[in-house]
Amino acid sequence: MKLFGISIIACCAVFVCTLFLNYNTDLIAIESEITTEAGIAMYNAYVSMGKVTAGVSGGCLAATSAVMLLFYVKNYIDTHGKELGILKALGYSNVKIARHFWVFGLSVLVGCALGFLLAFCYLPTFYEVQNAEGVFPNFDVRFHPLLTFLLIGVPTIAFIVISVLYADWKMKSPVLDLLREKREYKTRKRKADTNDAPFLKDLSSGTIKSKKVLAFLVAFSSFCFSAMVQMSLSMNELSRKTFSWMILMIGLILAFMTLFLSLSSVVKGNTKTIAMMRVFGYEDSTCSRAILGAYRPISYIGFAVGTVYQYGLLKIMMTVVFVDIENAPEYTFNFKVLVITLIAFIIIYELVMYLYSLSVRKLSIKSIMLE
Amino acid sequence: MIKASGIKKSYGSGTGKNEVLRGIDLQIADGDFTVILGASGSGKSTFLNCLSGLERPDSGSIQYGAVDITALSDADLTKFRKDNIAFIFQQYYLLPNMTVEKNVRMGADLADNKGYGEIIKAVGLEDKMKKHPSELSGGEQQRVSVARALAKRPNVLFLDEPTGALDEQTGRQVLDYICKLHKEYGFTIVMVTHNVNIAEMADMVVKMNSGRIAEVYTNAARKTAYEIGW
Repeated sequence: MKLFGISIIACCAVFVCTLFLNYNTDLIAIESEITTEAGIAMYNAYVSMGKVTAGVSGGCLAATSAVMLLFYVKNYIDTHGKELGILKALGYSNVKIARHFWVFGLSVLVGCALGFLLAFCYLPTFYEVQNAEGVFPNFDVRFHPLLTFLLIGVPTIAFIVISVLYADWKMKSPVLDLLREKREYKTRKRKADTNDAPFLKDLSSGTIKSKKVLAFLVAFSSFCFSAMVQMSLSMNELSRKTFSWMILMIGLILAFMTLFLSLSSVVKGNTKTIAMMRVFGYEDSTCSRAILGAYRPISYIGFAVGTVYQYGLLKIMMTVVFVDIENAPEYTFNFKVLVITLIAFIIIYELVMYLYSLSVRKLSIKSIMLE
Repeated sequence: MIKASGIKKSYGSGTGKNEVLRGIDLQIADGDFTVILGASGSGKSTFLNCLSGLERPDSGSIQYGAVDITALSDADLTKFRKDNIAFIFQQYYLLPNMTVEKNVRMGADLADNKGYGEIIKAVGLEDKMKKHPSELSGGEQQRVSVARALAKRPNVLFLDEPTGALDEQTGRQVLDYICKLHKEYGFTIVMVTHNVNIAEMADMVVKMNSGRIAEVYTNAARKTAYEIGW
């Protein structure tokens, strides 16, 4: 289920990259046929836009997939420490065990292949939309094996290598630490613990510090929601509706996927703490606030960064990429869109938090203690 | 006074139904040290869970004075545990990413107990306040869980095999700390164990067998942790 999240992100990344890179490749092939001044300006703008969009979206999504993958490999080693420790104790080498982590890379293969297929099905429509004004001569969708390899083969190989190398590095922990499922607590933390903060406040900050990747993913989901929804609504006035819808759908899928996965991991990773708190008499709402509430400020920071990012990206698009295009629309920051997106974000985020606090309440104390 | 009447508890249903508690009646006086003895599968831990409000019995009542905890809602039961009860488990269940001090504050903050440092001192861990559980021995971890439990100033302390994971010397030490603190604070102790020697430290001993109470007796004189056999 968790790896499914990586597949979805890889799918979105490859979908966007395939659309723009395949279009660019085919467009570049007919460059000599574009002779009008307006056509050349448009050609330069489209090629630049394709590079920027594929680079920024693909890069961001690939980086997020990599972070998620490392997190899941680490999580797997942490939760299966005993089994892996026994294998090491029996004499299996780190490399021999780590080699089997190649399967984590399969999630990327599935996502990339799906994204590529979906994009290829959509490409004819995309080509029509891109050339709706008939500025360029008509050209057909062509299949590029090298591009296919770059968008499916390279990421899959890269992620398999990352999984194996990271697992090998993590497996270097001493056998006894793995068997005892001993976690690393850095001395840096001890410095923070010298404060006199109440238990709940310390629990909140400790929850975030102990799993920084989850904090990143929560922030990323808010970032995606903020950036993609605002960009989509703003582009509605600047560009074609198809683009707006595409960006909106990708944004929402990424935002919800990462939010659900990260919050599920937060709850799962803290079940014993929550159980112990409930045994001692902490109310369910207090447990939820201490564990889940800690992520609220982070998600709002993610939202703010997303707002700045989408503004910057659209500004660059309109002032740099479309600089030579006549009658290119002026882009100014859209406060109305910001307010609408923020209200939607608050409602959805608080609703998701409420649903997760209900799942915290449903945790059975006894079943957790018996684990 | 804790009064359990007709406690029954079973798991599963139909032919797979397992009757764990088959009608238990017991009274525990305030401030007493009660030990519940029994072999594995006798139902002693389930009885402890029911007595402490961690589990609800299928039938019967458990009264703390005038309060029947089996009739309380989940929220009221949580508040009841907050105000009255503390636990010590065999597996410690300390929060691994928190220091000794913060683990103890988990209990202390519930009772607004600012003097939790005294309890940490009482269990001999004042020099390990800033250590994490993974940096402590098993005995030290159990002493942290003793301090965490007592820092919330409970009226009743429930212990489930508290020395089960400890060697003899450390086990005696932990029991000694608990007894000293029991003498000082006067709370009620209910301890589940399979170690018959520990029963000699108690005021009252309850022997359980197959979900029923087989025998209840009181000790004329209690022994200390260093006087009992192991």
